[in-house]
Amino acid sequence: MILVLVEKDLAGAAVEVSLETLTFARSLSDAGGGVPVDAVVVGDVSPALQSQLAAYGVRDVHALGGPGFAAFAGAAWASGLETVLAASRSVVVMAAGTPRGGEVLAHLAARSGVAMAANVVAFDGLAPFVVRRQVVGGQAVEEMQLSTRPTVFTVAGHAVEAAPAATPGPATLVEHAPEVAESDLVARVVSTEEPAPDLSGSLKSARVVVGAGRGAGSEGGFDDLLELADLLGAPLGVSRVVTSLGWRPHHEQVGQTGSRISPDLYIPCGISGAIQHWAGCSSAKAILAINTDPDAPMVTKATHAVIGDLHEVVPAINAEIRRRRAG
Amino acid sequence: MASVLVCVKRVPDSSSEIVLTDDGQAVDGRFAGFTMSQHEQCAVELAVQTASATGGEATVLTLGDADALEQVRAALAVGCTAATHVVADSQQLGPADVAREIAAVVRDHEAAGRPHDLVLLGHDAADTGDFQVGIRLAYELGRPVVNGVTRVTVEEVDGRPVVTASGDGPDGHETYRVPLPAVVTVLEGGVEPRYPTVPGRMKAKKIPVEERELAAAPAGPARVRWSLPPAAPSDVHVLGKGPEAAPAVVDLLEQLGVLAR
Ligand SMILES: Cc1cc2nc3c(=O)[nH]c(=O)nc-3n(C[C@H](O)[C@H](O)[C@H](O)COP(=O)(O)OP(=O)(O)OC[C@H]3O[C@@H](n4cnc5c(N)ncnc54)[C@H](O)[C@@H]3O)c2cc1C
Ligand SMILES: Nc1ncnc2c1ncn2[C@@H]1O[C@H](COP(=O)(O)O)[C@@H](O)[C@H]1O
Repeated sequence: MILVLVEKDLAGAAVEVSLETLTFARSLSDAGGGVPVDAVVVGDVSPALQSQLAAYGVRDVHALGGPGFAAFAGAAWASGLETVLAASRSVVVMAAGTPRGGEVLAHLAARSGVAMAANVVAFDGLAPFVVRRQVVGGQAVEEMQLSTRPTVFTVAGHAVEAAPAATPGPATLVEHAPEVAESDLVARVVSTEEPAPDLSGSLKSARVVVGAGRGAGSEGGFDDLLELADLLGAPLGVSRVVTSLGWRPHHEQVGQTGSRISPDLYIPCGISGAIQHWAGCSSAKAILAINTDPDAPMVTKATHAVIGDLHEVVPAINAEIRRRRAG
Repeated sequence: MASVLVCVKRVPDSSSEIVLTDDGQAVDGRFAGFTMSQHEQCAVELAVQTASATGGEATVLTLGDADALEQVRAALAVGCTAATHVVADSQQLGPADVAREIAAVVRDHEAAGRPHDLVLLGHDAADTGDFQVGIRLAYELGRPVVNGVTRVTVEEVDGRPVVTASGDGPDGHETYRVPLPAVVTVLEGGVEPRYPTVPGRMKAKKIPVEERELAAAPAGPARVRWSLPPAAPSDVHVLGKGPEAAPAVVDLLEQLGVLAR
């Protein structure tokens, strides 16, 4: 059995990266002669989520409920996974490479005394089981042998495309309410501040996206980029550096741990094009990179490029657009 | 008073292009610059802030070869006041080995009357990216662990030290409140690591560094090999350099039909 930890968005639907992980799990299942794929969900499973999971070929949906799961605690979620693992006799446990996914599986691996592979992008062979995963900031790929059971790994975001199964699964709901040890609840979320409204929907469906990275220089360095976005009726998409530094909100992040976009045109400005960013924008039809470095991966992978300082190039583009519109 | 241990790793600077060794087991150090990852720089800053706010001590720990002393000195130069260097080839260690070795140091220091109430680590190492040493360490020590936060403070609640840690989660900004001793892993972004001053550097040179050997034989990483993805041929069309390229850019926008309004 393959067990996949499925995460929900605030509306209770499976997040895209969890659907990608289910897709990855199915390819593993196919290679292994069709072992069933089960899902684990913490909290309520709505009928909509259940049919979403059915479409992805899930056999059983294990729902973890009860007071131990009211607030997030990595150790508690891992103890819940242990319950389901025993009940489903699973040999592989997977999650998307999200903050929650990586944390819970690291707990599970530590408790079980087994290895964990983070950010897997593919598997090479089943016996021995060898995965490929991202290392050195995505610059290199590691082949890693996972010979312990359960086999525990997370799947890098957008490494595979989410695709429903040819034959839907029954997605039978199996409810569990295991007792959670007090020691597993010591480190739990005690309060959550409302996030900024998630506007990533418009980013994912946009025809044109203006991108901004560390090259913007500072929190105040986005004015010209926002003007260009406005002139093109495009949303802004940013690199993780930009969200980590708090220059722009997280929902604008493009990449492995952000949104996957597929516009007709992406205009990344001051973005180096690390593999984790590329994972979110590789399906853009055309890419116009603006960068001071002609050797930046984003430039060499782009269809078009301008070599130069975005703080000079972008205002000139804005002026040219305004000039032509006026004329 | 909170005594903090912060764990840092010497890693190749992956912001520039890297070359691998012939056996595919490591980054070739001859062609690389070395650094401490961004997350750990923030962990060091939080360790120093916490120690000074509570009148405690911030100790830096690394497992690495002789050159890793450079990262130890960097942490001492920005305010850590004690250091431990476990001399080992970090490429030969798996995440479980690293966690066990850090736990051995914590236990030995505690036995010597220097307990570390709070252990701070980075969320993930910039080279091996295992995303798990902090969590494994917590299980080794039997302590609670908070993972992937950007802010950390320690205060007394009802006469007991408690760490409050917070960071962005999928449901919003999340706060944890955990009694010490505890383990916390840090993501960059919550604090600005300070730059070393010249007096800071001078002082750092005089602080003795405790040197240790591995406490146990390592099981090693489960690495088969590393490889670099083949370079894709580039067929980029460069429209020009600098602001002079603007007309060509707008021609392209017109051609792609994205300028209409
Ligand atoms: C597990 C994991 C997940 C990750 N997920 C994501 C993700 O989802 N999304 C993401 O984006 N990253 C992600 N990253 C981070 C990723 O590895 C890179 O660090 C990040 O994408 C780099 O951001 P950047 O291009 O803005 O900055 P840098 O790499 O610093 O690049 C800045 C670029 O701007 C150029 N530049 C500088 N100044 C100017 C100027 N004035 N004008 C024009 N160009 C200029 C430089 O030449 C350079 O190419 C992830 C990393 C890890 C380990
Ligand atoms: N060799 C090492 N020496 C000291 N700390 C380390 C070492 N390896 C990993 N760590 C710590 O563990 C964190 C997570 O690493 P990892 O789980 O390997 O991604 C790092 O950010 C460091 O704080």
